[in-house]
Amino acid sequence: MQDHNKRFVERDRNWHPPAYAPGYKTSVPRSPQQALASMQQATASELTGPDFRHLRMGPHDNDLLLNFREDPSLSGAAGLPVGERIIMFGRVIDQFGKPVPHTLVEMWQANAGGRYRHRNDRYLAPLDPGFGGVGRTLTDEQGWYRFRTIKPGPYPWPNDPNSWRPSHIHVSVMGPSISTRLITQMYFEGDPLIPLCPIVNTIKDPAAVETMIGRLDMARSKPMDCLAYRFDLVVRGELQTFFENQ
Amino acid sequence: MKQPNSVPTSELMLRETASQTAGPYVHIGLALAAAGNPTRDEEIWNEMAKPGAEGELIEVVGTVIDGNGDLVRDAFLEAWQADANGVYQPEFDLKKPFNSFGRTATTFDHGSEWSLKTVKPGPVAHPSGQLMAPHINLAIFARGINIQLQTRLYFEDEAEANAACPVLSRIESPTRRQTLIAKREEADGKVRYRLDIRLQGEGETVFFDF
Repeated sequence: MQDHNKRFVERDRNWHPPAYAPGYKTSVPRSPQQALASMQQATASELTGPDFRHLRMGPHDNDLLLNFREDPSLSGAAGLPVGERIIMFGRVIDQFGKPVPHTLVEMWQANAGGRYRHRNDRYLAPLDPGFGGVGRTLTDEQGWYRFRTIKPGPYPWPNDPNSWRPSHIHVSVMGPSISTRLITQMYFEGDPLIPLCPIVNTIKDPAAVETMIGRLDMARSKPMDCLAYRFDLVVRGELQTFFENQ
Repeated sequence: MKQPNSVPTSELMLRETASQTAGPYVHIGLALAAAGNPTRDEEIWNEMAKPGAEGELIEVVGTVIDGNGDLVRDAFLEAWQADANGVYQPEFDLKKPFNSFGRTATTFDHGSEWSLKTVKPGPVAHPSGQLMAPHINLAIFARGINIQLQTRLYFEDEAEANAACPVLSRIESPTRRQTLIAKREEADGKVRYRLDIRLQGEGETVFFDF
């Protein structure tokens, strides 16, 4: 029997955005109407998850300033990407403040003009020949991760006649099991578009929005090179059950 | 303890970072080939089992359908399952013939199907001591889905185990239970199981909270 002495703090579904959030129009046909089926007791199927320590990273998988130019089909033709150079860093911790080591953190983003390198993105801003927009890394022993990239630009999208996404980086974290799996977005401190964004506004509690804001950290910036933004990720906390049949 | 990225809180426990939709371009980050982008040397993708893996090699396929009955062409899915002996293999390593974790996406072409190449999982014990019927955990991410939907795929040809499964049998409605059962098909001498996931409305798939 696997992992029966393990369980996680219940996910607060009022803190996360609801499935049905009509201000974000695509959620209307894509949200279940039935209540979620609750599992009275999580099983090994939910309490286990992948460990990516043996996934072989490329030397610049966490460096978006360099990783796209390594694409062999470009034969070294790509230069450095356009835009504000930034370091994005932080810690992955659980709800008890315990670091989550060796966990996979992945991210993707638009370029400085607000366009994604995706075949379906036809926004009029140009693609940047030096920028792919994807990174991944594993946290270290203390749960730290770090990426080097450029600040993505805001872009318009067809939700309302004049909806704009604030600058944001999509962030994906695994945590110790599939119960801790989380995809979110890091927004940038002080961005006036944050309170106007229908996707941000799927969240009811302003304190929950604050958990998605990357903070400018001048002490960690690199003079004459990169500004730094700190973004800590909190995944579900693991409870130990000391008694059988608790 | 100070809540990261936030104002101090008097609560003893930190709140989870809030979820956001994976958006329409999740593929550039987590499904690079599906975005039409160059891939890295090692990617997490849908070949969970290779020849040489213990157990029966199968393909699992399906579509994702929205409340209007239309195909969701930009969905991204993750799979987590036990090996043929009913044991989870947490160590993800592409050198191994089987990995418990895999990823797939619906496609932008006409059929818009996701697909996993894997082995049929063995039964896993429930904390009650009963065995759960063989199943694959699936998480569905897409534009318009604010936090991933979690479901389970069970197998049509495991009727007896399905009837005895302590998780499946807890779903009150027998009609809704059927939304988790993949249909067996044989194509080109290969066994394939199909599960179409309905996000909303008639035939809505059962999604779990855990």
